[in-house]
Formats: sequence, structure tokens, C-alpha cells
Amino acid sequence: MAVGKLTFTKAEREKLAEFLWLLNWISVLTGAILFGLGLFLKVEIQKRQEVMLEQGILYVPHMLITTGLVACAINFLGGKICLDCTDTNKFLRWKMVMMPYVVCTLVFTACVLAGAVMCYSISSQLEEALFLGLRNAMRYYKDTDTPGRCYLKKTLDLLQIQFQCCGNSGYRDWFQVQWVSSRYLDMNNSSVRDRLRSNVDRKYLMDGVPFSCCSTASPRPCIQQRLSDRSAHFNFDRQSQQLNLWRRGCRSALMEHYTQILQSIGLTVLLIWLFELLVLTGVRYLQTAMENVIRLGDPDSESEGWILENSLAETARSNFNIIKNLGKCYQGDDDDPNINIPSAATERELPSRCAHIPETS
Amino acid sequence: MVLMSVKFDLKKRVKLAQTVWFMYWFAVMGGVLVFSMGLFFKIELRKRSELMDNNESHFLPNLLILMGLIACGINAFGGKICYDSLDPNKFVKWKSMLKSFLVLCMVLNSLLFITALLCFLTRIPLQFTLAEGLKNGMRYYKDTDTPGRCYMKRTLDLMQMEFRCCGNENYRDWFEIQWVSNRYLDFGAKEVKDRIGSNVDGQYLMDGVPFSCCNPSSPRPCIQNQMTNNTAHYSYDHYTEELNVWKRGCRDAMLSYYGGLMNTIGALVLLVTILEVAVTIGLQYVNSSLSTLANPEDPESESEGWILEKTVKETFTDIMATMKSMGKGTKVEEGGEAAVATVS
Repeated sequence: MAVGKLTFTKAEREKLAEFLWLLNWISVLTGAILFGLGLFLKVEIQKRQEVMLEQGILYVPHMLITTGLVACAINFLGGKICLDCTDTNKFLRWKMVMMPYVVCTLVFTACVLAGAVMCYSISSQLEEALFLGLRNAMRYYKDTDTPGRCYLKKTLDLLQIQFQCCGNSGYRDWFQVQWVSSRYLDMNNSSVRDRLRSNVDRKYLMDGVPFSCCSTASPRPCIQQRLSDRSAHFNFDRQSQQLNLWRRGCRSALMEHYTQILQSIGLTVLLIWLFELLVLTGVRYLQTAMENVIRLGDPDSESEGWILENSLAETARSNFNIIKNLGKCYQGDDDDPNINIPSAATERELPSRCAHIPETS
Repeated sequence: MVLMSVKFDLKKRVKLAQTVWFMYWFAVMGGVLVFSMGLFFKIELRKRSELMDNNESHFLPNLLILMGLIACGINAFGGKICYDSLDPNKFVKWKSMLKSFLVLCMVLNSLLFITALLCFLTRIPLQFTLAEGLKNGMRYYKDTDTPGRCYMKRTLDLMQMEFRCCGNENYRDWFEIQWVSNRYLDFGAKEVKDRIGSNVDGQYLMDGVPFSCCNPSSPRPCIQNQMTNNTAHYSYDHYTEELNVWKRGCRDAMLSYYGGLMNTIGALVLLVTILEVAVTIGLQYVNSSLSTLANPEDPESESEGWILEKTVKETFTDIMATMKSMGKGTKVEEGGEAAVATVS
């Protein structure tokens, strides 16, 4: 039994064709939007590439960009086809292309859905990339004289100021890296030498943070040095400590920023996918209706349109058989009686010989 | 002698009316633009009114908003007149008041021109307002527990980071005020007592700046304290150190920001003024061409359009004569009344 069978009069067919032409043009617009969203995401990720270890996150925006371009092209073609469908004579031109076009649209719609799902599933990868990227950035903070890393200090400072965050998970991360370059350490000073000696790796670690960690909401001037020693600063009570530096880690701040972007993009792509599905259904109905008209011979008669000619199980089985036989073809043609027996349902789909291309599908 | 006369037939008149109507729509959008720019400038001033001591003059943005609204209204009206001029029956009702409408348009154009000039000149009073406001702002930096001033520290820090500036004229301004509140000074410590004792007003001054003055582009961690003491920091010379803190003063930074904004707004208002003058001239041509039909009954007859009926000099003397006669007219009336009063 056919799936989703509907009957169309000539007038209804023409109306459907016009409506689909309009929808296809709107789809071109949504394809452009998809392209734009992919481009925006790519720019956003690359803006912070210095604190993000790539790890192939860029495949999501690339997917969106290519899907957007393909959407524009396919829907442009679809618009042209649908416009020609209003006239049965012009439709004959497109007869051969219709089935591949529908299949391509199905594949592309699946890609759009995949793109939407990817937007939501990427967060763990993103967190990992940010963790590693920020750790490296903090390690190379002091290397302002090393080519390739000389702007990391500026980038990290501006990041901490803009996103109001400090360190990777919190401000204590700065206690574990040497963020003061050795160029500015007086090696003749005994306290400096003591500190270096007391560290296993001869690193100059201190319980201080850079100025960019300072919170603008603090009522007192910023305390950046000797943060673990509360008695080193006058009246440094619990509340002062809370407000002194930014409490949030930069990883969670950036994760929140990117999650918001990805969620909105994912939602938009899902909506676009639903719209494409609608267009695909309409095109499928139009295709089957037009083919039935041609088969009946009378351009003014009523015709039926459907989504699938047989039930889902039968269609799946017959398609599977086609693929199996295509495989057998390349291995060598046998006198397999199953191939050559024509049957009403499968006549159009199974080739009588492998080289014979089906006329209608 | 008419000024810049042009011959019109019906087709040309229709084309003129359509063009001027079209231009009027652009002029309406120009009026909307002026209005929105006035609004934008007002919001920008409000955003930073704390740094200007809440003393800034809102005269210019209010004027821009008002001029924008008036321009919109007058241009929409003018567009309606142009639209009606295509139909001679409808045009008759506008004919009588068209002259005064044109005079009103000219007044509006001159006001717009004056507004544009004011935009360019507004830098001067702003300079003084900013200098005063910033000086006070820095003085109240430490008063984070005084109601009404508790957000001054935050405002000033955010401003210094955003505009990349430090202090009023430069970073040394911070050396001259106490920006650390007494709440966080340990009066038991010798160093604090010495410093306060050595100052005439008992203020705790130091050669240090707040963290918001730090320049992220500096290759070394920021030096905020003991800035003039070269020996306090390794390999540091405060005379040659360029990148440590922002070199520019905040007054200069904000002045150049607002100055640039005002120059852009002034240029746009000038463009809108030029457009307005063009549509006024267009409307004058429409008016004069429709008033001088060779055959008043026949709408297809030829006519002549001009900007001024007589030369500029003659028009000017005419206006002076009209004003003088108006003045004399009131005097004669008074004299006549007095005479009547005495007679009766």
C-alpha cells in the first residue's frame, strides 16, 4: 500500500507547483542564512584560536558552510523545476532529473539535521580544547620575547578583562605557573634565589596574579600579590577577598559564551531542517503526481501522488535487492532466475539486465 | 528680471512634481536620521554623565531631536503638496498658503545649518566640562562607601580600560590625590604614619596608579607602585618605559571620541541641509510653474518657473519696504485712534 497517497486535479497540481516554486526560493534564502551562520561560527572560533587548541572543532562550521551552499544550489534548481512543472510539456525535460534530484535533496536534508545535532554535541570537545589552550597560554604568558608567542600576554590579559575571568578554573592556576619572565628577575637578590631554589623545576612561582584578574567591582584597590597570606594586607576580610579578583575561571566563561552561540545556531538549523523537510515532501508529491499524469497519458486528468509507492518495508526490501544486484553485476552476470522474472511491483526498479537502465523510477 | 527661469510644458511639470515628491521622501528619511542622531548623542552623554560631574549641557542633542521631528513633519507635508500638484483641482486649495510654507521651509533650512555649525563647535564647552568632571571623579575614586559616589571607582576603572587612558592629563595626576581609602590603611604601621605626616593636608599620596591604568601590551608584568623609583624594580627606567601604563590622559581620549562623534553628526546634518535646500527650490519651481499658466483654463498650456520673481536686490528691497510699511501701518493706526478719541 502506498504511503501518504493523495489525489490531485490539474488545478491542484499547478497550484502545488507554484507554491513549491515560492517555497524553493525561500529555501534559497534559508540556505544563505545557513551559510552565514557557518561563517559566523568559524570567525568566532578563529578569533580565540590562541586560547583554543583546535582539535578539529572547525568541522562543524565547515559542514554548515558547505550545506548552506549546497542548499542554495539545490533549491535554486528545485525552483526552476517546480516552475516548469506547471506545464506538463516542460516537465518532460526534467523527467530524468527528478528522481536524482529528490534523492539528493533527501541526502542534503539529512546533512542539515546532522549539522544541527553536531552543534549540540560538540561541547565536550570544546571544553577539552579550551582547557588545553588556556593552560598553554598561561604557560607562555611570560614569553613576550619569543616569536610566535609574543602576543599571548596581551591576548590573555584582554581576554580576562573582557570575559571577567581569571585563570583556567580559578585564580589559583596562576600560582602554579611562572608568569614573570626571568628577564625581569634580579638574580642577585637573595629572596629571588631562595624562591627559585625551593622549586623543583627552578621556576619562580608566587601567590600573585596579573593585573587583568583584578575585579572592577571591588571597593578597595586591587591586591595582586601575596594572596594566600591574609595578614599581609590590612583589613583583608572575607568579603574583600571575594570581591578582589574575578572569581570565575576563563574556561567556564568561554564555554558559556560558546554554548550560547552554538545553541542558538543549532535551534536555527533545526528550524531550517523542518522547513527543508516540508519542501522535500511537497516536491516528492509533485514528482509522483506528474509522473502518473504522464503514465496516464491525459494531461488534464486527475492523478495520484504519494511519498512511497509501497509500504516502508517493501520499499526497503526492494532497494536492498537493487544494491545487492548491483554488487552481483560487478562480480559477473549469473543466470539468476530471480533477476529476470519481472513482477508488477518491482518491474520498474529491478533491471532486467544490469546494463539496462530503468526508464521510469 | 526673474532669477533662473525655466520653461515648462505639461510633461515637464509632471516630471518635476514627481521628482520633487520622490526627493521629499528622502528628506523625510533625512529628518529621521537627524532625530536618531540626536537621540544617540543624548544617550552617549547620559552614559558618561558621572564623569562630567552631571553637569553636561543637553542643549545640542535636544536641538537635534527637535529639528529632526520638525523636518520630518514639514517634509511629509511638502510631499503631500507635491503629490497634489499633479491634479490642478487639488492644488487650488494649497495655492494660497504655499508662499508662507516656502518661507517656513527657508527658516527651517537656516536653523538646520546653524545646528550643523553648533555640532562642530560643541567641542569647546565639552573640554571644560570633562576636565572638571574627571578631576572630581578621581578625587572620589576612594569613596566607595559614600552613597552617591560608591560607583565612581568602577566607572573610572572601566573608562580607563575602555578608552586606554590614565588620569586627567596623564598618569601623574594619580600621584597628587589620595586614591586609597583610609579604611584600608594600617595607621599602626610606621611607613603609613610617615607618609601621612610628611603631607601638608594629611593625605596618603603615593607614586602609584590603579590597576586600570595598566597596558596589556607591555612585555613585562605591570608596575603600578613606586613608579618613579628605578631601584625598586629590576631593569626599570621610568623615563624610558613606554608601554607600562597608558600614556594618554583621559580628557584627551574622551574629547577625541566625542569630537569625532560630533564631527560625523555635523557632516551628516550638513548633507541633510543641502537636501532640504534642494527640495525647497524644487517646490518653488512647482509653485511658480503652476501659477503662471499661459491659459489658466487649459492644464496643458506652457508655463514658466523661477526661483525668485525679481532679482535678489529687488526682492530684498521689496521685503524691507513691506516690513517698513507694516511698521508704519501700526503707527498710523495708533495715531488714527488717538485722533478719533480726541474727536469723540
